[in-house]
Amino acid sequence: MEFYRAHVLICAGAGCISSNCLAVENELKEQLYKRGLEKEIMVVETGCIGSCDIGPVMIIYPEGTFYCKVKPEDVNEIVEEHIIKGRTVKRLMYSGAAKDNVIEKVKDIDFFKGQTRIALRNTGMIDPDSINEYIARNGYAALGKALSKLTPEEVIAEVKNSGLRGRGGGGFSTGMKWNFAAKSEGSTKYVVCNADEGDPGAFMDRSILEGDPHSIIEAMAIAGYAIGANQGYVYVRAEYPLAVERLGKSIKKAHEYGFLGEDIFGTGFNFDLEIRVGAGAFVCGEETALLASIEGKRGEPRPRPPFPAQKGLWARPTLLNNVETYANIAPIILNGADWFASHGTEKSKGTKVFAVAGDITNTGLVEVPMGTSLRKIIFDICGGIPNGKKFKAAQTGGPSGGCISEANLDVSMDYDSLIELGSMMGSGGLIVMDEDTCMVDIARFFLDFTVDESCGKCTPCRIGTKRMLEILERITKGEGKDGDIELLERLARNIKATALCGLGQTAPNPVLATLKYFRDEYEAHIFDKRCPAGICQSLLKFTIVEDKCKGCGICAKICPVNAISKGEGKTYIIDNEKCITCGACVKKCPFDAIGKGA
Amino acid sequence: MKSLAELAELRKKAQEAMNLREENDAPRVTIAMGTCGIAAGAREVLEAIMDEVKVRGLEIIITQTGCLGNCGAEPIVIVEMDGQKVTYGNLDAEKARKMVASHLVNKTICSEWVI
Repeated sequence: MEFYRAHVLICAGAGCISSNCLAVENELKEQLYKRGLEKEIMVVETGCIGSCDIGPVMIIYPEGTFYCKVKPEDVNEIVEEHIIKGRTVKRLMYSGAAKDNVIEKVKDIDFFKGQTRIALRNTGMIDPDSINEYIARNGYAALGKALSKLTPEEVIAEVKNSGLRGRGGGGFSTGMKWNFAAKSEGSTKYVVCNADEGDPGAFMDRSILEGDPHSIIEAMAIAGYAIGANQGYVYVRAEYPLAVERLGKSIKKAHEYGFLGEDIFGTGFNFDLEIRVGAGAFVCGEETALLASIEGKRGEPRPRPPFPAQKGLWARPTLLNNVETYANIAPIILNGADWFASHGTEKSKGTKVFAVAGDITNTGLVEVPMGTSLRKIIFDICGGIPNGKKFKAAQTGGPSGGCISEANLDVSMDYDSLIELGSMMGSGGLIVMDEDTCMVDIARFFLDFTVDESCGKCTPCRIGTKRMLEILERITKGEGKDGDIELLERLARNIKATALCGLGQTAPNPVLATLKYFRDEYEAHIFDKRCPAGICQSLLKFTIVEDKCKGCGICAKICPVNAISKGEGKTYIIDNEKCITCGACVKKCPFDAIGKGA
Repeated sequence: MKSLAELAELRKKAQEAMNLREENDAPRVTIAMGTCGIAAGAREVLEAIMDEVKVRGLEIIITQTGCLGNCGAEPIVIVEMDGQKVTYGNLDAEKARKMVASHLVNKTICSEWVI
């Protein structure tokens, strides 16, 4: 085995790949080769490190130095200075939100320091294509322990006692689910992994599959042993080509090493795994629709019961868990239920990965113990709201969830507290919104998504959500009527009560939650024909504030429809008949003299 | 994969290659690689140390630093082991190899080269 004095980790998650990390990697390899250092320095392509907004990211060990936004032209300096002379390159280091000093080591950065990584324990730390690196970090030891030392009942008891709940959104006890599947009669059973991640903004499942595929393979084999299944399927969407590729490679490697296949660990247990690629319909994330899709049928949900644990894939007992849920299994088996249960709150154990996006300084993946406050995630770990703006709301749970307003910033982020607020954990998408966000428009956006993604099987979802969307569109166009809010509420109640599957039942949530906390904004749109945040174009009326206008005329030049002209004095005025509210003048005005209120 | 013992064996090997990325208290060898160090032959010293560590299969972290201000004594190598910090000066490849054998393996400080 070669001995390397340094490891250079380059994040090659899909986020960093789009910010051109592969060019950086190639340049680095070339530079090292040119200097004859390729046998001294190892370059490792890892999965997502989590700090996606500052990619491409590079970590150099043994020092643990963290470089961000590395461009191919920076590589020469890193090699010359850091790798040859041992002098770190300060200008490429991360500077905190305060921008007053740079932070050298990855372990000292708030974004990483504030996290507890269980599900993401390996992503960004290892080369996902190397089974040896996974094994070095205790990989497959849990499978070995389960098969050689525990009975299936003991495995299930461990999972149950850990208090792990489904990370895909529902929050159902994982141990109970395993128990049902184990108790179901049948000689053939299946284990399925739901990797059909579809919530806008959520990407933790993709990152785990891309960055630590073996953790899912290992957990599914453990699940197979626990419930008595010999075959597993991973249902992953075709929009995740890198995840499909790395998982495929890893399944092959696991076969070679004998972690899949026949007589695993010499115990006589056989288990095999196949990938099923979905076409990306949102509804296929719903369990019964997902199973139908694996069977080759149209991805539509069916009524439950029977539950998949009784009659699932090809009418056989089937265990279905989400990617992040599986990612927690190996550590639970290795460290015990009590260790896992020592994280989190009374009813929500362990950690949760949040995909933080929107108006936030550090976007990316954050894994924190359940019960961490929203304030801590947004302001301490992710660096707060950029550009000096104020926090307005956070959307959790994607199109099935709701929003949390400023008054509830200190909410404990766990399943039950979020439900109490009228939101939900969902898969962990967390979209942060600043004061310039129109909540009616946000509700319209999410409903637009569910209308698009409704499979059309049941009437409440197919027609009901469409009607709700039409009302919302009317409101944002300034054509809202008295009674619209009540109508929305009635429709929402009926859809929730009558839709066939979880997608339909939760579709009205974004509307209900925004109505709960931002009813005044709806009323401003309907009665005053005004968008308080200045987003809904049809409701905007641009005016030039006389006191601030210096008469420079930049606005008149930039206006695409010549709606701005010189008034009687030295100031300019906008002809609102001609104005198309594009906002170009607002952006260009050097004196902030153009307002967009009603 | 037929047994837990086989996995443990495999893991031990794999961990040797990964140690660098974990926080650990393995002995640390720091080589001064400022311009002065490089001009005095720090690169050859580094290569010699790496070679010895590899051949002997030692668990050592090799890292580098800039000019320490004592340019006359370059190449300088600092060895941190068992809570003790020893600075060597005026090394060359040959001396470096001997230092690895005596200090890192046999835990005997080469006092004649210490500065």
